Amino acid sequence: MSERVPTTQAAPAAPARVQRRRRGLLRTYLTPKQAIPRSARLVLGIGSFVVIITLWSVGSALINNPLFLPSIPRVGTAWIDMWQHQHFLGDVAWSTFRIVAGFLIAAAMAVPLGLLMGSFEVVRSFFQPPINAIRYMPASAFIVLLIVLLGLGEEEKLTLIWIGVFFQLVLMVMDIAHRVPDEMLNVAYTLGASRWKVFYKVFLPATFPEVVDALRITMGWAWTYLIVAELLGAERGIGTFIIISERFLRMDRIIAAIITIGILGLITDTIFGLIHRWAFPYVEKVHA
Amino acid sequence: MSEIRFVDVAMRYPTRRGEVRALQQISLAVPDGQFACIVGPSGCGKSTLLSIAAGLVLPTEGEVLVDGKPAYSPGPDRGMVFQSYSLYPWLSVRRNIEFGLEIKRTPKSERTRQSSELIHLMKLDGFAEAFPKALSGGMKQRVAIARALANDPEVLLMDEPFGALDALTRQIMQELLTDLWQRYRKTVLFVTHDIDEAIFLGDVIYIMTNRPGRIRTTLNVDLPRPRSFDMVTSPRFAELRNQVVGIIHEESMKAVESELARA
Repeated sequence: MSERVPTTQAAPAAPARVQRRRRGLLRTYLTPKQAIPRSARLVLGIGSFVVIITLWSVGSALINNPLFLPSIPRVGTAWIDMWQHQHFLGDVAWSTFRIVAGFLIAAAMAVPLGLLMGSFEVVRSFFQPPINAIRYMPASAFIVLLIVLLGLGEEEKLTLIWIGVFFQLVLMVMDIAHRVPDEMLNVAYTLGASRWKVFYKVFLPATFPEVVDALRITMGWAWTYLIVAELLGAERGIGTFIIISERFLRMDRIIAAIITIGILGLITDTIFGLIHRWAFPYVEKVHA
Repeated sequence: MSEIRFVDVAMRYPTRRGEVRALQQISLAVPDGQFACIVGPSGCGKSTLLSIAAGLVLPTEGEVLVDGKPAYSPGPDRGMVFQSYSLYPWLSVRRNIEFGLEIKRTPKSERTRQSSELIHLMKLDGFAEAFPKALSGGMKQRVAIARALANDPEVLLMDEPFGALDALTRQIMQELLTDLWQRYRKTVLFVTHDIDEAIFLGDVIYIMTNRPGRIRTTLNVDLPRPRSFDMVTSPRFAELRNQVVGIIHEESMKAVESELARA
């Protein structure tokens, strides 16, 4: 036996400090799909905000005209003022109501239809061609039509959100349903399940996690259509607030309102994420 | 008594380039309690044959009889195990195993008793409440086999069940399966392209031809039961293997030639 082979029987020496081997910096950070240290991820994540804030601060100082680019403190003050004195909470409430209502109506129709389209070729062959065509029509192009047909009330706004969400979501859900592996269903048949049982005991649960993912994505799009709808004639709402601020050349309020939309979006996204983790603990994580 | 019998089964399907004859004149009978293996070159239609037996696919001609009754649609009398495990990721190991029993509305206490027994038998102790995502490939396939066995089928159909496993795990699974068979004495129809696996497990091996798939040779495996892995090195095993390899090689060459001729 060579002397260099360590033996396990040897008395344990004082644990030597394990020297982590490292590659060069370039290799560590610029190899495609290679994980980077956690600390570096954190620094980069915070760094991006630092860059944005710096650019904004420098930019607003250079321009020195709040009509074009107000400074960060100015936007912050405006934001606080909006909640305290401009009834911004009411606008947020109206927008949230429209989003939730329009999205729920669209989802309640798109999910069942998408599941049916993904599982029954009969349903798919009938619905897919028109939906495919309509999907390419920008929802905002329907606004004028909707105003003529439905007026400037809530129906018009909810319908616009519905158009924006429904046609996309239905096709996403259809794909999800279509991807359920045949073998998963076939096993159930060979275990004695009827077609109905295969449908609700295997097919439906197999689609749930991805359907929630699809809802999460389309919810983000719903915000776009909501603001568009509100920009064109609404009594209250974040979009309305933006258009009124424009009339008074209050860039600080506009920016503050836009940031609020971002925050609301993050909150809904987090809620969906929590629901997903709570309801589907069995899903294998694809990415960290 | 549960016997599965193929009577003149043929499978053809139309494609744009004309009719494909996948299976031709398949007639064979697996008597009660026999372990039958089907081997053949890839694309010979051996998996299709199993799907027909399961009732998932209707043959163009002929029929499959289970104890004399035609099997036109899938049923709990023919349990199936796929290569891809096909476990239900939202159910725990225990509930996966109990799936067929739940369909049958077996009372809960009885379900629990049976699944506990199978979990122990399949060496899955401690994993009863785990989700499939926590299991290795070999464990997943043990759950899938347990799920099929829990339903107490007349015939067990296995479609390359160990094909996705690494060589060592596969060997352990083969030993486990032969022990299980010794215990339950189910009629098994086992499709594989692994020759050693077919010899180790089977009482009889059906060697299929290149497309259109036919039964070219039937080979009785006269190795003693119960089997253990040291048999793999026995001279008789080597003889059988040479026989099968020769025939399969010939068929594979034909397949390559016919592909070249078509190109």
